[in-house]
Amino acid sequence: MKHVYGWLLLAPAAILLIGFTHYPAAATLFDSFFSTGTVVRPSRFVGLDNYAALGSDPIFWKVLWNNLLFAGATIPTSIALAMLMAIWVNDRLPGRALVRMSYFTPTILPMVAVANLWLFFYTPQIGMLDKIAAMFGAGSHNWLGDPGTVLWALSVMTVWKEAGFFMIFYLAALQSLSPELEEAAKIEGASRWYFFRRVTFPLLMPTTLFVLVNATINSFKLVDHLFILTKGGPDNASNLLLYYIYQVAFSFFDTAYASTLTVVLLGMLAALAIVQFLLIEKRVHYR
Amino acid sequence: MRTLRALVIAALMAFAPAASADTEITFYYPIAVGGPLTKVIDGYAAEFEKANPGVKVKPIYAGNYDDARIKALAALKAGQPAQISVLFSIDVYELLEQDVIVPWDDVATSAEDKAWLKGFYPALMMNGTYKGKVYGIPFQRSTIVLYWNKDAFKEAGLDPEKPPASWNEMTQMAQKLVKKDASGNVTRWGVMVPSTGYAYWMFQAFARQNGQDLMNRDGNQVNYANPAVVEALQYWRDLGAKHKVMPEGTVEWGTLRQAFTEGKTAMMWHTTGNLTAVKDSAKFPFGVAMLPAAKQRGSPTGGGNFYLFKKTTPEERKAALAFVRFMTAPGRAADWSMATGYVATSPAAYDMPTLKSYAASFPAAVVARDQFQYATPELSTFQTGRVRKLLDDAIQASLTGQKQPAEALKAAQAEADRLLKPYR
Repeated sequence: MKHVYGWLLLAPAAILLIGFTHYPAAATLFDSFFSTGTVVRPSRFVGLDNYAALGSDPIFWKVLWNNLLFAGATIPTSIALAMLMAIWVNDRLPGRALVRMSYFTPTILPMVAVANLWLFFYTPQIGMLDKIAAMFGAGSHNWLGDPGTVLWALSVMTVWKEAGFFMIFYLAALQSLSPELEEAAKIEGASRWYFFRRVTFPLLMPTTLFVLVNATINSFKLVDHLFILTKGGPDNASNLLLYYIYQVAFSFFDTAYASTLTVVLLGMLAALAIVQFLLIEKRVHYR
Repeated sequence: MRTLRALVIAALMAFAPAASADTEITFYYPIAVGGPLTKVIDGYAAEFEKANPGVKVKPIYAGNYDDARIKALAALKAGQPAQISVLFSIDVYELLEQDVIVPWDDVATSAEDKAWLKGFYPALMMNGTYKGKVYGIPFQRSTIVLYWNKDAFKEAGLDPEKPPASWNEMTQMAQKLVKKDASGNVTRWGVMVPSTGYAYWMFQAFARQNGQDLMNRDGNQVNYANPAVVEALQYWRDLGAKHKVMPEGTVEWGTLRQAFTEGKTAMMWHTTGNLTAVKDSAKFPFGVAMLPAAKQRGSPTGGGNFYLFKKTTPEERKAALAFVRFMTAPGRAADWSMATGYVATSPAAYDMPTLKSYAASFPAAVVARDQFQYATPELSTFQTGRVRKLLDDAIQASLTGQKQPAEALKAAQAEADRLLKPYR
């Protein structure tokens, strides 16, 4: 009887998790071994053919590389910026609530709305960026239409959107630090930089790990802005893995290949999460 | 225990369909332009129900074209009834391959019905016809036109009433229209053609004007590497790279309208679907013309068609036919055209007094119609999503200078041939 009671308590969460997370993940893996079926040509078992196709698909390698660049550009920048902003607004300064709020505002805006705003920032000539450049006599630049700048333009927008969110976690962590540490450091004559480097930063490490995991996952799963800004163009210069999966699944209707790509994405994220938690966790806590 | 049982029964009853003798027509439709158009559609449905007792019409708004296709196909797979839908005109091969649609010829059998099928502009029937049978009835259809800023033309010493009629004229006029500030930065471009999102669609116009269509009528062959097509892409690239009358790189579809209405480009190629929006926001006099010609004029059509699904009873098919005939009747087509900026689908609609007087006060409204005689169907083949993206990527790679047009198109052709081979 006790068992039944326990299972009943677990059931709501377990049913939702199995129904919407574990079963789809397993089904995706299963589907990746079959060809895409149409009424005319039914689906059949193809073994690892889809994975072989993936290996020789130049767009897959391109979007994977793009995604790594995008992650490399956004993760460290948004974490550093978040930490900086948190330390800045943790101090007593005039209008502190206002500054905190303005840092946090990008977070509460929906990504699609943000992308629509930035679309007009980046638009040549009529965009804000070009208007500022024009004030200094600089020429116009086609930020989103140039394969050399488009990914960086997207990265800047993502950092702007994300940093405020991560700042909140750092702010909470900073406020839980004991003020005695700072007083003690002052008495010992430690400089602000030394105090940050040897005390604050190490104590913030658990938060940094949490933020790092989130930022990494976000850099792979946040693609809403691509629908508005570039649709992955020009010529896949800004295409990211998840957006490519969407295109394959819903524009090409190749559900089998989309499943294959999804399995690769899931595998990569799982591996990253394990590495982050197992390897870094050991060195996170300040002892 | 008893309350539980009562609850279950109540729940089951709530989901059970109400028994009725009415024929119900459910249809999904997308909206890809601005404005409160769901209300217009609901209004049409209510009007039809009033005129046809015994038939219930349930319109379901389903997002953009991609969403609508996904939702309609998902509903069919799940066994939910949808008898007809407005879907992208170029989805026809996908729907055929899924074996979910039947031709309208099967139900439109009376002489009157057959006359109705023949009443539309032939240019609009091309995308919906496969092997001589009509699968798509044109409903919300558009085409590409040239918008020009008359003030800018005057300022550049050009005749403000005379838009370019050929590629050469467009290049020369555009060169005069480019304006630079003291430090040499361009403040106004000569012409802009959007190349994000619907690059293939714009490119179809260039290719058609240069005398070459991009695909065959059976949807299993593309002509990307044809010399005339390569030449067309070279011209598009040259506008930016050589003649310096268009920004280099890609031009964003979504912001182009603002660039035009703020005077940052003197001419633009854009869909007729933007006509009403430009009319409302431009503070200068502007004109709308057919696209210029190289060997001939040309523009693809675009937009949505009515499809009839296979899983339907004879009664439902009859009701569906009545409803689609109602929706495409000249008076309603005229009304729909004025509400949206879409083209009216039949010559009879342009003869309606309402649309005639609208066109008299706003001549731009009929340019798209006059261009129909030069129209080509929108790019659509089997494996259409992939085949289209190959072209999009080739165009963008050329416009951004990463690849030469010939090289990019040749690679796209080879890949498209591989995809389409099983369908030949």
